[in-house]
Amino acid sequence: MDSGSHPKLARGCKLRTREDGDYLLMPESMLRMNRTGCEILKRCDGAHTVEQIVAELQTVYAGVDAQKLSAEVDSFLARLKERLAIVEV
Amino acid sequence: MNNREPFRPSKPTAGSPGTPFHPAKPTARLPGAPLAVIAELTHRCPLRCTYCSNPLQLQPAANELDTAAWLEVFAQTAEMGVLHAHFTGGEPLLRPDLEQLVRGAHDAGLYTNLITSAIGLNDRRLTALEEAGLDHFQLSFQDSEPEGANAIAGVPVHDKKVSWAKRLSNGPFAFTINLVVHRQNLDHLEQMLAFVESFSPQRVEIANVQYYGWGFENRARLMPTREQVDRTIELVTAFQERMRGKITVDFVLPDYYARYPKACMGGWGERLLLVDPSGDVLPCHAAKIIPGMRFANVRATPLREIWESSEAFQRFRGEEWMSEPCRSCERRTQDHGGCRCQAFLLTGRAEATDPACSLSPDHALVTERALETELVKVGAASSEAKSPAWNYRVNPR
Repeated sequence: MDSGSHPKLARGCKLRTREDGDYLLMPESMLRMNRTGCEILKRCDGAHTVEQIVAELQTVYAGVDAQKLSAEVDSFLARLKERLAIVEV
Repeated sequence: MNNREPFRPSKPTAGSPGTPFHPAKPTARLPGAPLAVIAELTHRCPLRCTYCSNPLQLQPAANELDTAAWLEVFAQTAEMGVLHAHFTGGEPLLRPDLEQLVRGAHDAGLYTNLITSAIGLNDRRLTALEEAGLDHFQLSFQDSEPEGANAIAGVPVHDKKVSWAKRLSNGPFAFTINLVVHRQNLDHLEQMLAFVESFSPQRVEIANVQYYGWGFENRARLMPTREQVDRTIELVTAFQERMRGKITVDFVLPDYYARYPKACMGGWGERLLLVDPSGDVLPCHAAKIIPGMRFANVRATPLREIWESSEAFQRFRGEEWMSEPCRSCERRTQDHGGCRCQAFLLTGRAEATDPACSLSPDHALVTERALETELVKVGAASSEAKSPAWNYRVNPR
């Protein structure tokens, strides 16, 4: 995904939290999200660019190598895009 | 800011962002909260599909829960932590209060999914469903060809569905097309795949008929041949590959031809609960066929109590009910011994290993049935003429 693009949860995809954790709800399926995945997805609002998401995460996960963080966000978003849970606007 | 927060985006396993879902330990007597509620709003339906998953004993209209009772179901399930609400039937659009129920579930925080034939939909109701907060719309097709589709549905509704599919491909909901496949339509699967692709849904579900309820009654005409199954796997795999990143393609294998049974409902009483039109709460669609089961009703008992401790949910929860070969099998935590209803339908014993499993001592019941299908095929060019007539689903009183 281009660092300037604006990822957004696709139609029919929602992030929900319950007692035992966070879930990405999709049409007739769901994925359990860990805290980091959740921090990324919360920012997939169509307003943040990938670059901005990475920058914000750097403040949450201070001390993590910037390049590594950026690569992880990229691969996470790419996988969700392939599953049609993320679109670019 | 928490600089000690570990940075752990999901493990980079193929196609699986986030931690994969792990159900409650199968031995736990008190499971975690269910993930989904299946709301069978009514058993009434304008269609008469020969593979309908409703039970043969349908709930009459007079027994149906009223609006307030259904709203209470959604309030209670949301409170328990349930995430998905699947609105199904029969045909849920036959309930004039469907929009109100979707709104109630949505406002309670549930993800709302409508499973429908679209018969009974109109512009006004479509807008109302959108305003109510419906998240996902699943439309099922019987075939790509009107003749075959209408023969299965028992009523000529195919063209109407086609026009709704065209409308829904541009929103306002996430859109799935479900295509039910069986011996009568699998020979033109390529054509059917092109048909569903033409509507550009986000998701396609290619589901082999499951043999319970009406599907079991019509097994002789629905069961695919081995050759058809092999060809299906080939075609669907290629289709999935071609659609990658465009359409999510989910595929349900016919388990009579599988080596191991399906993890029915993700385990009995582990992930799902079903509320039937009368308010009876079941661990799965077909559970009422199992003799000696008693089902609690939402009119009398809180859902949490039904989920945690009712007799029906406890009966096959965990592993204690298992006998060999399941009990010592390493796959038992994956498939939970397969389907209890199928075990009962085929062997007369609900606690038996699902005969779909190649390790089951009763597996011949499944392979013989598959073999009969082969014999019908090679036996005569006029085999269809010799097959029993369709046993169409009826409507409840």
